Amino acid sequence: MTLMEINAGDTAWVLVSAALVFLMTPGLAFFYGGMVRVKSVLNMMMMSAITIAVVTVLWVVVGYSLTFGGDNGGVIGNFSVAGLKGLIAPEAVSGTIPTLAFVAFQLMFAIITPALISGAIADRASFRGWIVFVALWTSLVYFPVAHAVWYLDGEGGGGFIATGIKAIDFAGGTAVHVNAGAAALALAIVLGRRVGWRKDPMRPHSLPLVVLGAGLLWFGWFGFNAGSALSAGTTAAVTFVNTQVATAAAVIGWLIVERIRHGKATTLGMASGAVAGLVAITPACGAVTPVGALILGVVAGGICAFAVSLKYKLGFDDSLDVVGVHLVGGLVGSLAIGFLGSAAAPSAVDGLFYGGGAGQLGRQALANLIVGVYSFVVAFVLAKLIDLTIGFRIKEDDEREGVDQVEHAETAYDFLAAGSGLRGPATAVRTPAPVDDAPAKDAADKEGANA
Amino acid sequence: MKLITAVVKPHKLEDVRTALETFGVTGMTVTEASGYGRQKGHTEVYRGAEYEVDLVPKVRLEVVVEDGDSTDVLDVIVKAAQTGKIGDGKVWVTPVETIVRVRTGEVDGDAL
Repeated sequence: MTLMEINAGDTAWVLVSAALVFLMTPGLAFFYGGMVRVKSVLNMMMMSAITIAVVTVLWVVVGYSLTFGGDNGGVIGNFSVAGLKGLIAPEAVSGTIPTLAFVAFQLMFAIITPALISGAIADRASFRGWIVFVALWTSLVYFPVAHAVWYLDGEGGGGFIATGIKAIDFAGGTAVHVNAGAAALALAIVLGRRVGWRKDPMRPHSLPLVVLGAGLLWFGWFGFNAGSALSAGTTAAVTFVNTQVATAAAVIGWLIVERIRHGKATTLGMASGAVAGLVAITPACGAVTPVGALILGVVAGGICAFAVSLKYKLGFDDSLDVVGVHLVGGLVGSLAIGFLGSAAAPSAVDGLFYGGGAGQLGRQALANLIVGVYSFVVAFVLAKLIDLTIGFRIKEDDEREGVDQVEHAETAYDFLAAGSGLRGPATAVRTPAPVDDAPAKDAADKEGANA
Repeated sequence: MKLITAVVKPHKLEDVRTALETFGVTGMTVTEASGYGRQKGHTEVYRGAEYEVDLVPKVRLEVVVEDGDSTDVLDVIVKAAQTGKIGDGKVWVTPVETIVRVRTGEVDGDAL
């Protein structure tokens, strides 16, 4: 690869984008946290937060190297840059940005992908089981899939999905959303349904938190998609606009379906439609025109609004609809490239509607089938192994009491402050007498002694 | 004396309070309550999943008045709390044997 000069504008954009994508994970924590019951909100947020910690460490040690360091048969990298060896040197450049800027940007994708999965197992997963799952799934599924989908060696070779199948995944419809959605389905099946599912009300405990989370996700998603251009130029601008357009259209699509089915446009529907649109435009943001994004968005919003009821029809308890929104939304967006792809867009591929034939549609379908099946199978096996060894699902009584209390010894809200008190080590139970009282007490003692 | 208890929609509390003050009622006790009547609460929809919410938030308002005032007070409360929609609430009257003002020890009419 020829060494290119670092471009300050590109570097600034990618670093800012990395920070934007980072914000999506706390945003996801709010989005998911608001959707669970009062007794589970902290655990839900912790499942997102811990992926930041675990995946960051993994990424530095081997993750980046296995994903973007060289190539083994188009399926995985190697250990050539394990520990980010040599990447702090000024000559470590990727395209027009320092390689470390790319390392940081891609790290944020590796963090949020497993965090997305957690929504499927809300209220009932053991925290340590989740940590082990995140470490193993990220290593065995995310790193190779991201390599296969995105790695290019600069000489026409690289990951087999990018260079062999030639499927387009601009910012992660396949590598992030279908990947996470398929794993989410596997986990929902292995862990089983929540106690009282379809009988007890499990309504979201805080829709304002959901809206806050959706807002942060939308904001961060500009980094996710437009940052994936890896340069501050036309491609970034096109993907930015497409992201906005498709998301807005998806909100409308979702709300239309709701209005028809239930007579009301709901706040949760608005937030969900936005996320569905963001998911769907992710693979296609560089492949469609703004009008294409408009169509894609409204279709994706409508389809996902229907898809969230799949769990009731098929009987799996995907608590927060990771399958309905991410797997289905990712698939819709990815397949849409085969219909709505335009040679005028940065990815330069004509879909069916633009006279490009069905070839690209087939390539998109094949790539997503491979990733979906691989992720589902590995996630299923990992979840079973974890469940049989250290346990992945908390006890039924603990689930009734609340996963926050049982797993973290905390509860989110103090509803009855008067009924609680400090309970610590024996020495800390009694508050020492204030210092000012000491002389008075001494004087009283003396007086008593003299009397 | 009569105890008048009203269970009304929370957003009508202020209207009822103002109407009672205008009428001359000097005090009242208000508690948050929840419940349902003939309409059985309402339906909420979250991503297509419908939840029947039976226990709807209400306020419970209690005043003690002289026997002769009870019909008028009842009327004042009903008029002030009425929206015409389902779930407006109920008001009922019960006899009170005696009443004592704690601060002074005054009883019955003097204690009101």
